[in-house]
Amino acid sequence: MLQFPIYLDHNATTPCDPRVVEAMIPYFTNSFGNAASRNHSFGWQAEEAVDYAREQVAKLIGADPKEIIFTSGATEGDNLGIKGVFEMYASKGNHIITCNIEHKAVLDTCRHLEKEGAEVTYLNVKPNGLIDLAELEAAIKPTTILIAIMYANNEIGTIMPMREISAIARKHGVLVFSDGVQAVGKIPVDVNKDGIDLMAFTAHKMYGPKGVGALYVRRKNPRVKVTAQIDGGGHERGMRSGTLNVPGIVGFGKACEICMNEMEADTARIIKMRDKLEQSLLKVEESYLNGDKEHRLPHVSNISFKYVEGEGLMMGFNKNIALSSGSACTSASLEPSYVLKALGLGDDLAHSSLRFGLGRYTTDEQIDYTIEQVTNTVNKLRDMSPLWEMFKEGIDLNTIEWAHH
Amino acid sequence: MAYSEKVIDHYQHPKNVGTLDKSKNNVGTGLVGAPECGDVMRLQIEVDDTTGVIKDAKFKTFGCGSAIASSSLATEWLKGKTVDEAVKIDNMTIVEELNLPPVKIHCSVLAEDAVKAAINDYRKKNGLEELQFEEKGVH
Repeated sequence: MLQFPIYLDHNATTPCDPRVVEAMIPYFTNSFGNAASRNHSFGWQAEEAVDYAREQVAKLIGADPKEIIFTSGATEGDNLGIKGVFEMYASKGNHIITCNIEHKAVLDTCRHLEKEGAEVTYLNVKPNGLIDLAELEAAIKPTTILIAIMYANNEIGTIMPMREISAIARKHGVLVFSDGVQAVGKIPVDVNKDGIDLMAFTAHKMYGPKGVGALYVRRKNPRVKVTAQIDGGGHERGMRSGTLNVPGIVGFGKACEICMNEMEADTARIIKMRDKLEQSLLKVEESYLNGDKEHRLPHVSNISFKYVEGEGLMMGFNKNIALSSGSACTSASLEPSYVLKALGLGDDLAHSSLRFGLGRYTTDEQIDYTIEQVTNTVNKLRDMSPLWEMFKEGIDLNTIEWAHH
Repeated sequence: MAYSEKVIDHYQHPKNVGTLDKSKNNVGTGLVGAPECGDVMRLQIEVDDTTGVIKDAKFKTFGCGSAIASSSLATEWLKGKTVDEAVKIDNMTIVEELNLPPVKIHCSVLAEDAVKAAINDYRKKNGLEELQFEEKGVH
């Protein structure tokens, strides 16, 4: 029996796994201690729980527990990682290389640093959403201190070639930061094999609670340091002050452990449903997959349905299906997704896109229903789309002089 | 952001979707907006030559639910009005009728523009001077 609404927006956030919630509960009430209280059992208990979670988190990404700095989430991790390196390595240089489809938490952090004297190169991505490695290497200068490239993109799910990127970085003695939010817990990520020096990620994208995340900071080959952005009691080895969110951290650890144990089985199941959804929707006339088909997360599919507008499309089923559109109308800005535009998509295709994000609790029935609803709505809206009519009459829309507003 | 019931109703049961024969002299067509902006409206009126009354109106819209609802509502209002009365359709009455939030006001402006463009197309075809309209400037 289908229950509504169906949630297909797992790139935005995920529900907490009940096992995660269960693990967290004691740390709100009985074991409520401050992990920094060194002189009584409440503190020791909390510290022990945090230490255990730190191991669970580290294990998922192949790191040492001492390399995990707990944060409030990935936005903080992105800020701490990038700003922290910029300040710490100021004597070495001021140049940062990133790319134009990064999350705003990275892009806006870079923009902020430009005002503080940083020079930032924003690499363009290829039409498949991946960066050009030759362009990356050519952008490196003697003053380059950091390459900040996301592990996987949040809108199109494409996975960047992290190993190749880090090999180039190593050759030139440049540090690699990666926003790992979408990848960690979904695909195998190993900071050593992948050559990553700093990586931000967060619990709520992997069935953990909101408000807790981590920044991985490499301790060996090379030893990396970041300048703290929040001053205070010197928690997290001085890199991030603030009383630790013990229940959140416990939940984060549990979520990592579950991902570690169940990733393979989850992926096998999810990718089958994703492919079914995608193949069915790509059968709809004039529909296009956005982003590289191969180098992609197993649970994401971003499709443009030409000649219908994304928000109008979602309205056809958003009472029953929750997903996301690259269309501008969903925000006040009226600008369509900068990620899709960076792929070279015209604004018309960018406005026509839907992002499907499947998850641990997605079912075959939900996918079948979604295929049916989306297909029907696309057809219905095309029947009332002047652009579809023109397309069907063989009129080239580019030859029309549109009144631009 | 939740849509008003009226927007939802027009979206689910749009009035007057379709195409009129634009080669006819008594049919005026207005095509406004641009695909890049995420909104394109085509609104058509068919005028009774003897009475000057709009006897039919059709639309097709590429856009969000508010854009579809605005154009659907506009065609409803057009039918039965004379061309001179139709010129007075104001976007703010569409906003009020549909309870459009501020970010969707441009949808109503577009509908008003589409009405005016259709009327001017009709006037041009019938040897009348095109009317000049003030820019609403909300786009």
